[in-house]
Parts: sequence; structure tokens; C-alpha cells
Amino acid sequence: MKIAIASGKGGTGKTTISTNLAYLLKENNYRVLLADCDVEEPNDDIFFNIEWKENIEPFILIPEVDPNKCTGCGECTKACQYHAIVNIGKKTIVFPELCHGCGLCTYACPEDAIREVKRPIGKISNGYTAENIRFFKGLLNIGETVTTSLITNLLKYIDENEKNYDFYLYDSPPGTSCPVIETTKNADYILLVTEPTPFGLNDLKMAVEMIRKLGKDFGVFVNKSTIGNDDLWNYCKAENIEILGQLPNSREIATSYSNGGLILKDFPAYRKEFLKIYSKIKV
Amino acid sequence: MKIAVPSQGNSLDSMMDTRFARAKYFIIYDTDKETFEVIDNEQNAAAGGGVGVKVGQDLANMGVNIAIAPHFGPNAEQVLKTANITMKSLSNITVKEAVDAVRQ
Repeated sequence: MKIAIASGKGGTGKTTISTNLAYLLKENNYRVLLADCDVEEPNDDIFFNIEWKENIEPFILIPEVDPNKCTGCGECTKACQYHAIVNIGKKTIVFPELCHGCGLCTYACPEDAIREVKRPIGKISNGYTAENIRFFKGLLNIGETVTTSLITNLLKYIDENEKNYDFYLYDSPPGTSCPVIETTKNADYILLVTEPTPFGLNDLKMAVEMIRKLGKDFGVFVNKSTIGNDDLWNYCKAENIEILGQLPNSREIATSYSNGGLILKDFPAYRKEFLKIYSKIKV
Repeated sequence: MKIAVPSQGNSLDSMMDTRFARAKYFIIYDTDKETFEVIDNEQNAAAGGGVGVKVGQDLANMGVNIAIAPHFGPNAEQVLKTANITMKSLSNITVKEAVDAVRQ
């Protein structure tokens, strides 16, 4: 089963929920894979002792123009939505950092003058935690904008090479844009983490709208549940959205988190808040 | 000769825009005919990435010879260079003053 942990608003606790849920499932003897898909700032690995294996090189395919074959017809430029390939007179130039790697220019070229070459965009680290959770982490190179492509690389690698797990947990980037859709679109269940603040509710609504368009089953986990107001709870009730657990706004949890601690290890009393997620997804 | 100036308004007395590809308007001044054309650049100003490339190419297609801006981004610069468009760095003056500064 594939579970994506997402949120509209950033900083609600996706990492907290992802790492603890992975730990809980492993404790119950499931085979668990945790993939940190928040490739612009991954941090799940801070909460585990990981024995790293060899890195995987994610890449996109970008065009390379053969100036001897190019007639300067400009079909490639017309095809490109990102202005990454530009025809000026007889010359055609490529802007690698603007290219999303879709391959349309190569397809559009009537002269067969474009070939595709690999451009590295980051790093995919992988290994096993001390608890034997299979662990993946995508990291986009600094200055890159092809976030979604790296997530595509990461999830494709997992789909093709890591087939023997009971649970696949995908810790998503925040928001409701392309990288989030890429992370959630193949999940069987989406866990939305939020907080009962106006900002948390506003962004939860956007996330719910996105997930309903994707046609996915989902539930909400309320973090820092003791702050804010009742609007979030009323919204979930009115929309018939299931709340799968909550954690209070607690200095001791924050301190533990800041030290790379897992709630399930440091505060056994909160274990019950994760069991509802567990019972929801284990079937 | 055609001179392209990013502008905050639609007349020769308008101040130059502080940005190149994301300027509000472009004024294309033709020194042979002493006429000018105003191009509404709002769509580019609000677009996502790659605007420098697009505007550079549009200016090349219009047959512009000189582009004036306070600063050119690296992508725009590469396109303009390839298109043999001369780049001049000027700022805080009107479009007319900018044209007069480079026309001789």
C-alpha cells in the first residue's frame, strides 16, 4: 500500500508523521519503505540512523542540437512551452536550466537534428535505518527548478526496483502544485497534516480540493491541535472528513524533534494518536 | 535602425522601466522613419520562467538593432548576443532620452 503524507501549509508536521508512522509500522513487523520526496529540503533522515548504500543519479533528458543538420526552421522553439530552446536565424540555442525534459522539441524537429543528452539534477540517497526501514531521500541540486522531475525519477526507481514492501510512505513537499501532485497521484491513501490555524485551514481546503480532483481516499491528522480556533474542526465535520489523530502543541515534543527524536520512542503516551492511522491503513 | 526600450508607460516621455523582460511596455523606436511602436508587455511581465529568452527572441524577430535596459539577465543577454543586438545599460531616464543617448 502506498501512502502519501502531504499538507497544504508547510511546517505542519509531515516529517513528524511520516517518520513516526514508518517506525510504528516497522515495529509491527511490516516491511516498510519511507521515501523523502520533499526534495528541496529533505530531512526525514535526521530521525534515523541510516546505513547508506550507493547513490542513484537522477537526470532529465535535454536537447542537443547538431548545427550541421539544423536548418533554423524554428519548429523546436514553437513546440517549447518553457522557452528553453530558441532559434535565432540559422542558430538554435538551448537553455538547459529552463528545460523540463519533456522531449517535445526532439519530436517536433523535422530534420532529426536534436538528440537527447542526460543532465544530472540532484542525488537520490538510499539505505536502511537501524530498524531496517528501507529509506530513500531525493535531493535537488541547488538552483535547480525541476523539482517534479526529481520526484518522478525517485518514485520510478522505487516502483521498478523495490517491490517487496507492505507499505510505501511518501513524505511529500508542501503545497498543492506539481511536485505535490507527482508525489500523491499514485498513492492509495493520502494523509493530510494540518494545524487548527486560519492559515492551516486555508491551505488544507486547497489540498482537499486537489485530492478530490485526483479522486483519492484521504484523512486528516491535526498537529499542534491545542492552538488556533474551532474552524478547522467544524470544516472537517461539515465536509465529512475523517480526523485520524492529533498531537498537542507541546514544548517537549518540539524539543525532542529538534534533537532528532521520534515521538513514539520519547513519549509513549502519544502512541495512541498514531494507532488510528495504523488501523485505518493496515487493511 | 530600431531601438528597443523597456518603459513604464506608453509614450516617449515615460520613464524607462527598471526591468528588461518584465517591463510594463516596450517602445520600439525606428530612427529611419522617426516613428515608434508601443508593445504591451503585460503578459510577459506576469509569466513564469524563461521570459528573458522569449523577449530577446521577440526583439530579434522585430529586427531590433539596439536594446536598452538598466540590466540584462543572463538568458536575455545570450539571446541578444546571438541575434547581434547591441546592449546598452541605461536607467532612470525617459524613453526619449534613452533613444537620444544611443542613436548617433
